[in-house]
Amino acid sequence: MSTQLVLLAVLMAAVTYPSRALPLLAPGIERLPPRALLYLRLVGPAVLASLAAANSLVVKAADGTPALHVGIEVVGVVACAALVAWRRNLFLGLVAAVAIVAVARLTGIA
Amino acid sequence: MSGPVPHEAGSGPNLRAARRQLLLDTAGIAVSAVGFGFVFGLAARNAGYSVVEAGAMSVIGFAGAAQFAAVGYVSAGLPWAPIVVLTLFLNARHLLYSASLAPSLRSVPFLQRAAMAHVLTDEAFALAATHFRRLGRVDVPGYWIGAVVGVFIPWNLATLAGVLLGGVIPDPSRFGLDVVFPAAMAGLALGLSTERREVTAAGAGAAIGVVLSLLIGPAVGIVAGGLLGPLVAMALPLGSGDGGGPAVSPDSDVTGVPVDLAEAMADVAGLGDRASS
Repeated sequence: MSTQLVLLAVLMAAVTYPSRALPLLAPGIERLPPRALLYLRLVGPAVLASLAAANSLVVKAADGTPALHVGIEVVGVVACAALVAWRRNLFLGLVAAVAIVAVARLTGIA
Repeated sequence: MSGPVPHEAGSGPNLRAARRQLLLDTAGIAVSAVGFGFVFGLAARNAGYSVVEAGAMSVIGFAGAAQFAAVGYVSAGLPWAPIVVLTLFLNARHLLYSASLAPSLRSVPFLQRAAMAHVLTDEAFALAATHFRRLGRVDVPGYWIGAVVGVFIPWNLATLAGVLLGGVIPDPSRFGLDVVFPAAMAGLALGLSTERREVTAAGAGAAIGVVLSLLIGPAVGIVAGGLLGPLVAMALPLGSGDGGGPAVSPDSDVTGVPVDLAEAMADVAGLGDRASS
């Protein structure tokens, strides 16, 4: 059984823990410049959207090069996003995305 | 949850009633944590994680959105250094929660505060802040109930279930399970986007991510989208629909349950002011 990624988990924890702990353990340290705080606030949506878009729109072609692919997965992702925007319920969105893709594949549409 | 925090400790419902309500709130969060922990376990298994690796991510890392993101990074073949840097940025918002709770928890022993920090997620903060507000004072056992019973334990047990049960599903893509990861990322991005600048950062991040993934490769494209998207959004002039302040999202990174974190932070700050006065 592989344990290689355990080290990655430790490294991820090593960079996550300070932001959770420093203000609790050393009050005052969190006073970053407003521009830095704004940047940090915006990184989350940008990283996650970048992952979502690249993961659903870019595939590896037969020759190994990246290629644009617009398939049923995109419909599922857009449906999930729409449900999150409408109902503020990510779990519902995920269920809908999986259902759309599964039905499309099982019925041969995709 | 609205209005000012009561100005005298104990002026709200008594401790037992407040904890009963906390348990009810915690149950709702726990159900969501189970669902998302299970989905993370499935996604991790599809990305090639072993049970030990997925478990380590949930126990040691314990940061839902960053864990989901790491699944994508590992799948894309990203080297570890950029994964760690992106995790740092993605989780930096916890600084604000910690800073918000710090004045109220000053009297708690150092080692206990150090342990409390490890389980300080969006949900744990929201539950604690709501509970403290309801009670009118800080309740350390209440913090542990929300953080550990509501999030940590369900998240970790469900991760194990997902990664173990995922093995009995012969072809996950046949059942549409391969869409879980990008859909979760899109939903979480939207949950974090409550103002025009955040939406712009997400849109720019997605566009940059796709274009550079096609031109150079996903490993570069994803990182560039995450780091350059915010710069595009920051270049925009501040509009009426954007407060521009350091407020955090009203959504969570682990369970997707809407929680008004900005208001909760303001409430806890009020408690802290009283505690220090």
